[in-house]
Amino acid sequence: MAAHAPTKSTFASPEFRLLVIAVFVFALMAVLSPDRFLSSQNLISMAFQFPEFAILALAMTIAMMTGGIDLSVVGIANLSAVAAAMILTTYADPAMPASQSVLWLAIAIAVAIAIGAMAGIINGSLVAFFGLPPILATLGSGLVFTGFAIAMTGGSAVMGFPDTVAVIGNARLLGIPVPLVLFALLAVLLHLILTRTAFGLRVTMYGANPLAALYAAIDINRMLLKVYVIAGMFASVAGLIIMSRANSAKADYGSSYLLLAVLIAVLGGVNPYGGYGRVIGVVLAVLSMQFLSSGLNMLQVSNFARELIWGALLILVMVINTNAVSALRASLKPSK
Amino acid sequence: MSSERDTAFVDLRAITKRYAGVTALDSVDFSVQPGEAVCLAGENGSGKSTLIKIISGVEPATEGTIRIAGQERRTLNPRISAAAGVMVIFQDFSLFPNLSVAENIAFATQLSTHERFYKSRATKEIARKALERIGVEIDLDTRVEALPVAQKQLVAICRALASQAQLIIMDEPTTALTEKEVRRLQGIIRMLKEEGVAVIFVSHKLAEVLEVSEKVVVLRNGKKVAEGPATEFDTKSLTYHMTGRDVPEVPPSDIMPGAETLLQVRGLSKAGAFEDIDFDLKTGEVLGITGLLGSGRTSVAKALFGLVSPDAGSISIDGKTIPTGDPQAASEARIGYVPEDRLTEGLFLNQSIVRNVAVGRLDAHVNGGWLNMSALVDEAADWLKRLKVKASDIEAPVQSLSGGNQQRVALARWLSRAPRVLILNGPSVGVDVGSKADIHDIVRDLASTGIGVIVISDDLPELLATCHRILVMRDGRIIDALDGKSVTEEDLAHRLAS
Repeated sequence: MAAHAPTKSTFASPEFRLLVIAVFVFALMAVLSPDRFLSSQNLISMAFQFPEFAILALAMTIAMMTGGIDLSVVGIANLSAVAAAMILTTYADPAMPASQSVLWLAIAIAVAIAIGAMAGIINGSLVAFFGLPPILATLGSGLVFTGFAIAMTGGSAVMGFPDTVAVIGNARLLGIPVPLVLFALLAVLLHLILTRTAFGLRVTMYGANPLAALYAAIDINRMLLKVYVIAGMFASVAGLIIMSRANSAKADYGSSYLLLAVLIAVLGGVNPYGGYGRVIGVVLAVLSMQFLSSGLNMLQVSNFARELIWGALLILVMVINTNAVSALRASLKPSK
Repeated sequence: MSSERDTAFVDLRAITKRYAGVTALDSVDFSVQPGEAVCLAGENGSGKSTLIKIISGVEPATEGTIRIAGQERRTLNPRISAAAGVMVIFQDFSLFPNLSVAENIAFATQLSTHERFYKSRATKEIARKALERIGVEIDLDTRVEALPVAQKQLVAICRALASQAQLIIMDEPTTALTEKEVRRLQGIIRMLKEEGVAVIFVSHKLAEVLEVSEKVVVLRNGKKVAEGPATEFDTKSLTYHMTGRDVPEVPPSDIMPGAETLLQVRGLSKAGAFEDIDFDLKTGEVLGITGLLGSGRTSVAKALFGLVSPDAGSISIDGKTIPTGDPQAASEARIGYVPEDRLTEGLFLNQSIVRNVAVGRLDAHVNGGWLNMSALVDEAADWLKRLKVKASDIEAPVQSLSGGNQQRVALARWLSRAPRVLILNGPSVGVDVGSKADIHDIVRDLASTGIGVIVISDDLPELLATCHRILVMRDGRIIDALDGKSVTEEDLAHRLAS
């Protein structure tokens, strides 16, 4: 094997490759459909659209950092949204003055996030204390959470909120869409958690080598529990944004987001086997996916074809990241 | 010379193997005649396993020619090599624990005959013949996992014979055997040689196989440094060739006066692993625990660090009993454990050198919930410097370091936690000789600062160079407690394997 030529690490990093991809997809869509893609209306609508699944991708990221996965994020999002919606429709009258409805909104948000945390405790316990494989534990718990949401609503949408609810999903803060602000805050928070706290470093180290983490006397169970609690709380924030934007809550909203969240995390360079992942990569992957999704929309590609594209893309990215392919690439390079 | 080449079963000429810029083998000639036994000796990293991989077709050689059974082999893979009669018996034997003795022996043969259906009678027939050939009786229906180590090895030998082996390569064949079992193995080897089967022993402990071997080949740093009739070598000269120098080791100095009892282990038992383990460790004392593979030495070490939950017994430090089966509790009581297998247990290979140390001190540098990164990194970097880790960039992955430096990183992590008891399991496995002596220096230094050190090892010179006292284990029990200064290597070897 030829020795690799020294390349500047900035340009060789997966995050730089992602930046190139994001710019490329943006440019491609701009060329294919310049009038509509580049219109300010489209750009703003994109900024309202992506935060909800982007936050789910952040939740997926922290679970994947440990070599696990959280397939219950959409279930958690809907269950918390349904709970919040039922509080709002039961106690807050749409005719209520804003000052009062804000109070009920705050309570609904608190309950939703508490449900996210509870769901996280359940997932974390299954993974940490019972040692279940995360993929099966969260697949099962996701169905349970969705089932609760269906039982609470009878399967139909819960609607009829006071206007204040629209603040979360449809308002702007200093001209910036509120969902985007929420996503930015959570992205920065997750970045700081992963890189600037003892917990975050433990998550990375455990993902890199669970056995060595055990031998390094890391309290693995507690760490895993926290990971799934954070993922659950992030998922409930995404659920609240979905609820506000749809002006309703339903047990089966956002079902296509699960695959998308996994795809974004993997595309964003998070190692599905654990131990590596950077929030900046996930953010760039979110942008690429939103540009692509929006562009496909304008080119009038059907929703079914889009799911096919997401699935194929996920497999493609994972194959490209395998050792087999990087060895192939190295062997194809001229040896001098 | 040419006639020797023609008759050789395996003949390698000028074999060079490079991995990504590292030369693992440098123009090595090597040959085995039918019916000949060759000792292939060398330290870890000397290239002996690479040579075996090339003969067995697992890895292609970068340069050089390979002849097996008189034919030049330009392309070689494990199937071609096995079809030509080359069989490797790895240290773990690669048997199927859930299958019977007969099935394990006949498995490979049946695959190669492309039988579509499993025939129980044929299976037993093949196995019975192979066992008869080496004159051993083992119940054919016993599941292999229920067999003692020595019998598993015999099953592996029979499997090789059943597959028409012309050359059997045995990796570390004697590490888990008692003296009696070694003598039986020697008898079997002699018989195989008479039948024209060639044998290669790969080992760094060769005393036992030297007497049944014709030839010795010593590798060091990928080069062949010595070759000759086995009668010209003894343990001492082998060590010299393997290491390239006589490394003088300073025996440990006396335990300082006024040493107090630090660690007390009483009646520690775990069914199937160890029984009634009792010992004390003083401040500044280095205690060796040795035994054959499977004697329970590693289980005891893990139990001290909470990785194995004992069924009974207690562990106390300064008279205070600590909870068993809880690594965090052990770590809080300032017990440190550097595991045997650095690569899978000790280190986070793809993480940076500095992080591998810092992970031990995360809690000490938390300020208002946030990590004080610079203090954390500075402290880790300081420990790396104190342990003289040679690294051009401490942000590089720890896997880029040599074995000896990796071991220092693992040590640095625990030393930064100011341990009172430090358990080192195989502290110098897979490190070069120079680093080995340095690690022994570190161990002696640590003891002189009052840390109680437990060295788990089957490297007898290592134990003699570092330990004040040595406990010998067999079948999960401590059978001997010896004074490190008065015991000789021969005596120790005898007690270990008798």
